[in-house]
Parts: sequence; structure tokens; C-alpha cells
Amino acid sequence: MTEKKNDKLFIIIAGLIIGVIAAGLAYLGNPKNMGFCIACFLRDTAGGLGLHRAAPVQYIRPEIIGIVLGAFGAAFAKKEFSSKGGSAPMTRFVLGFFAMVGCLMFLGCPFRMILRLAGGDLNALVGLVGFVIGIFCGIFFLKNGYSLKRTYSLTQAEGYIFPIIEVIVFVLLLAKPAFIFFSEEGAGPGAMHAAIGLSLAAGLVVGVLAQRTRLCMVGGVRDLALFKETRLLWGFIAILVAALITNLILGGFKLGMTEQPVAHTDGLWNCLGMLLVGFACVLLGGCPLRQLVMSGEGNADSAVTVLGLIVGAAFCHNFGLAASGEGPTPAGKIAVIIGIIVVALIGVVNTYVKAEKASEAA
Amino acid sequence: MVDARGQSCPIPVIMTKKAMKSNEDYYEVLVDSKTPCENVTRFAQSQGYKVEVEDKGGEYLLKISR
Repeated sequence: MTEKKNDKLFIIIAGLIIGVIAAGLAYLGNPKNMGFCIACFLRDTAGGLGLHRAAPVQYIRPEIIGIVLGAFGAAFAKKEFSSKGGSAPMTRFVLGFFAMVGCLMFLGCPFRMILRLAGGDLNALVGLVGFVIGIFCGIFFLKNGYSLKRTYSLTQAEGYIFPIIEVIVFVLLLAKPAFIFFSEEGAGPGAMHAAIGLSLAAGLVVGVLAQRTRLCMVGGVRDLALFKETRLLWGFIAILVAALITNLILGGFKLGMTEQPVAHTDGLWNCLGMLLVGFACVLLGGCPLRQLVMSGEGNADSAVTVLGLIVGAAFCHNFGLAASGEGPTPAGKIAVIIGIIVVALIGVVNTYVKAEKASEAA
Repeated sequence: MVDARGQSCPIPVIMTKKAMKSNEDYYEVLVDSKTPCENVTRFAQSQGYKVEVEDKGGEYLLKISR
């Protein structure tokens, strides 16, 4: 019992630290309510690398690099680093792709949804409703036997590739060669960032804490609904409370729906965007933050998922699918609908088609 | 005996939960990473079981009894 209590206390403390860091980063230069946003930061990084050419959102975000390397370090130190993969990589890529389509409709991953709530952005509450509905869609399939088949141990080298890529990307950020893009001052969110060292350090701390606590934003609601297990949900709540208090102290809190930073007020599409995210992330087994952390732990399937997120972000900005402060685009709405259909099909195929085969064999 | 090796969370816990429907006093669950090991342990304890973990070099055998 005491072990269980310590468990819960640890994730609450970690969540509080993460919440303060996240609100602090927004104060120190990151866009408002965007101390962290895995979706936005992968999108900015994709832009920095020139995978899309949306000038307002191009910057290699050190927070992402920090999270992966922090998780890598923590996993390595605790002998939990191990190269694994081979569980439906293409399916995961597609799920990652459409999770990003949903995130960029809402303008934030589940992590930023919490931070937006903590900043008083009530559009995030509408997003949260969609997010929970999406999670329940995913749970329906989980309960009926959904699985992407097992992972296997891979060669040691496999698990190192993604962390090494992050180091190389960090070198590119520091070296600033001509082929790396940086949003110009005043161009948009990509131009707003805390100092590189601060961002990296914040990422490292969050990476270590998230690895140790298995923090996951979809896991909270999912485990509560499936097993009445509240541990991960406490992490979620702790981040919200700490970021809210920090925002109140630093003046980052503004209650309302209109004129919120990097947000739009189209309730239906905020809701459907996050529905897609919640649904896809339950089928993936974790939110974008958790995917980053697991790719640092040597999980090649999660690394492929992150690539799916990155390619999804590039598509969103190359083909006008991403929403903006002005609201969603018609193409973005179509993409979200297609995404929900594709994710549902992935759920059906990996729940029922497989089950039929298994019963034939039996 | 539940073989949940290579399954990502929460599937090992769901497999354990399904197995527990038969309401026996002893189960074995095999997983191959730390997170499902913790999660299955936590779930089994919440159901009133005792859990003993045997580390088999990268795989964990959970002996769940009550």
C-alpha cells in the first residue's frame, strides 16, 4: 500500500514540476500557453528542417530534443533502455500522421490542451470533451480485443538511431547552416522561443520525469475508464494545477474563449480535432509526449510514430490542412473527417478481422 | 498463464483482467518490459492479489496469488 501511495505522490510531484516549467517557458519567450506542445514543436521542427515552408512556424525546438535525450538518459541509467519494435510500423505511422492532423485542427497536442486550460482558454474545454469522446472510441476497440501484435527485441543499434538523430538536429540548430529555416522576428509562433539552453534544460527535466513516471495524457482518462486506475490522471491534474497557479502569478491567465493565443473559437472543430487525437492515441498506446519518451527508451515503433507525426505536420502545412487563429480550413475539416474514418478502420481491422482468424485457428 | 510479451500498455492489463474473470487464486503473467510489469502489478494489487515478480533477464514473470 505504501508503495502505491509513493507511486502516486511521485507522479503528482513530477506533474507539479512539469506544470511550473511549462508555464515558465511561456513566460520566458515561448508562445503563450505553449511552454510545451509536442505537436506544435514537431511541426516547428519539421519547418526548421524545410519539410514544410510555412514561414511563421519554423524553428528547431530544443524541448523536443531534450525530452528524447532526457528519456534516453533516464532509461539508460535505470537499465530500462532496450531496442524494441516490429509491431505494425506502418499502422503506427498512419495513426501518428492523423493524430497530428487532429492536433493541428485544435492547435495543440493533449499536453498543450492542459496548458491552454491552465491559461484560461475555454476552447480547450471543448477540446477536452472531444478528447474524452475519442478516448472512449479507442477503449471500445481495446475492450473488444484490439491489438497491433507484439513487438520484438531488435539489434541494440536500432534503439540508438532516434536519439542520435536528435543530437544531430541539435547540432543543426546551433550551427544554423543556410538550409535550416528560422521564422523571422514577428512572423509567428516559430519566432517566439525561450533561450536554447533553457529550452533544452526544460526538455531534459521533463524527459527524465516523464520517463520515470510513464506520464501520458491519454493514459489518465483511459486507465480510469478501463481499470478505475487514477495514477496517470493525477499527473494530468498536477500539471494543470501547477501551470494554472504559475500563470496566475506570472500574469499568463486570461479567462475566456475569444482572443486566446494561438487558438480559434470553432467549437465543433476543436472538439472533432481532439476526438481524432484521443482516438488515434489510444490505439497507439500513448499520447505524443509518451511516444517521444518511448522513442528515447529504444522503442522503434514509437520512433516511427513520431516520424508519422512529423510527416503529418509537414502535410498539414504544405496542403493547408492546419487551422490557425482565424479558424479551420475547409481542407483541414475534410482531413479530420478522413482521419476519424481511417482510425476507425484501423480499429476494426485490428480488432475483428484478426479475431476471426484466431477463432478459425482454434 | 498470460503471455503478454511485446504488448504495449494497456493491453497486458486488459489480458490480465480478462484472465481473472475465471476467478482463480493463482495466475502467471509474462511481460517483457518494466512499464507493463508495474501496471499489471498495480492492477492485480487493486483486485486484492499479491504479486511476486521474477526477473528473467529482460522478461518478467509475475506470480499473482491471493
